[in-house]
Amino acid sequence: MAEREQIRKPRRESRDEEVEETASASESGTELKAELDDLLDEIDEVLETNAEEFVRNYVQKGGE
Amino acid sequence: MAVHKILGIETEFGILHLNPGESNPVSASSLLINAYVNGRRSNRIGWDFEDEQPGVDARGFDVYGGMAPAVESHLVNAVLTNGARFYVDHAHPEMSSPECFDAREAVIYDKAAEVILATSMGDASRYLPPGEELVVHKNNSDGKGNSYGCHENYLVDRQVPFSRLATQIMPFFVSRQIFTGSGKVGTEAPDMDPAEVPFQITQRADFFEEEVGLETTLKRPIVNTRDEPHANSARYRRLHVIVGDATQAEVATYLKLGTTALVLAMIDDDFLHDVPVFEDPVRAMRDVSYDLTLARTHPMAGGGAMSALDVQWVYFEAAAKYGEQAGFEAVGGETVGRDVMARWEEVLDSLGRDPMELSDRLEWVAKLRLLEGFRSRHACDWDDPRVRALDLQYHDLRPGRNIHRRLGMERVTTDPEVEAAVTSPPPDTRAYFRGRCVEKYADRIVAANWDSMVFDVGGESLRRVPMLEPLRGTRAHVGTLLDECETAEELLRALGE
Repeated sequence: MAEREQIRKPRRESRDEEVEETASASESGTELKAELDDLLDEIDEVLETNAEEFVRNYVQKGGE
Repeated sequence: MAVHKILGIETEFGILHLNPGESNPVSASSLLINAYVNGRRSNRIGWDFEDEQPGVDARGFDVYGGMAPAVESHLVNAVLTNGARFYVDHAHPEMSSPECFDAREAVIYDKAAEVILATSMGDASRYLPPGEELVVHKNNSDGKGNSYGCHENYLVDRQVPFSRLATQIMPFFVSRQIFTGSGKVGTEAPDMDPAEVPFQITQRADFFEEEVGLETTLKRPIVNTRDEPHANSARYRRLHVIVGDATQAEVATYLKLGTTALVLAMIDDDFLHDVPVFEDPVRAMRDVSYDLTLARTHPMAGGGAMSALDVQWVYFEAAAKYGEQAGFEAVGGETVGRDVMARWEEVLDSLGRDPMELSDRLEWVAKLRLLEGFRSRHACDWDDPRVRALDLQYHDLRPGRNIHRRLGMERVTTDPEVEAAVTSPPPDTRAYFRGRCVEKYADRIVAANWDSMVFDVGGESLRRVPMLEPLRGTRAHVGTLLDECETAEELLRALGE
């Protein structure tokens, strides 16, 4: 019994740590995602309204 | 001792004329530049001889018989008070930055060019009927197989055999794409299936067909052999680099210029030995650009295979040793040299771990993250026109439309530095003399060129001031003189003494 407990304890601890790490990683992941979401909101507002026509008409001459 | 790596960037911008009656890209580009120049009295000096044809003027034009620049003289061609050249080239507005002392200064002038182009668009609207607009993009391709360049120029030692220079710089050019790229949706290589390349690291890799050559508009070579030093040709060569992307991300531009200057300093000093050589550099250019994992390896000439990152580490390690032994004087001093090294190492480290760590520094990573976010939000594929439109609009220099600026990426310059660089020349190169003369004696300057200025002070003949040494004509050399001379006559008299 004692042996089993000894084995289980570090495992649990390590699982707790993992959970904590995951929590903080997902927290900053959430922040990043929120920041990207805000940006994508902005982009939806300023993006060329007729994308297909814009892309089709975007023709440049070769240069250099 | 390596030649000081004086450097500059020339960028051809994409241009659109929205809702035009009659327009073509040449007239649109001319209108854009004229609109900027006309509002600014001191900027009216031509690079060409539109009003002063050498052949028809009787007043001793022999003084510069050999210096007439090979440009189409009817096109707009202006020199600015910051020492830059702003002109129409091949149906694009082009800005050639002034000669800069180090990589960081060159980034400042590259950003100043963006400000000037944005201002020009605003100025142009005053000359256009309501509803019409000129729009400038800082990119290198229209997505339809037409490419235009962002070229770098570095001063190198004429004594270095060009074959060694070409051999030692080529693997660097191929591999540096992993941090210089601006990112692009799809491929324009005629033999590639677009479905295989939904997104790639650079705008330019699709367009290179040769290893070494003189061309820039077709059969583009990785190492360009144009030999036009615009300086003392017995001492210097100007390496004209055509493989880069135009980037708005300051860290990417800074690293591109700073690391290339360092590698060229090492080549000047014959410090590099056993550079890893790609077996097929042209193939590798594209394969590097197409591999977003950065894990792909490429066959090497001596056998074996290396990734672009492996090759970059070889150059980095050599540069670290070089810095310890020779110092960083040739690239502008210890501060800028050590800063470039630290950032180079940091970026290579991150690229090896997870390129996405660099979404605040590298342009292709930032764009990829943005486009992935957009695709996921709108559940659309890479070939969706909205994805392509966003890719193009990323480069739109109109403040209200520009996407890059919304990303808040890391900077290496400050707003006041960029603002000052719009009108003032770099203090530590000959661009200082050019810019200050344009600002102060505009009405007496007939023409300006990279390596000379021509004055008309009413005498028998025009007076040419040669500027063959890029490190002369600095503020330290001529600042006081320029402050003191109220007129061009006084200046020329003083210079003649």
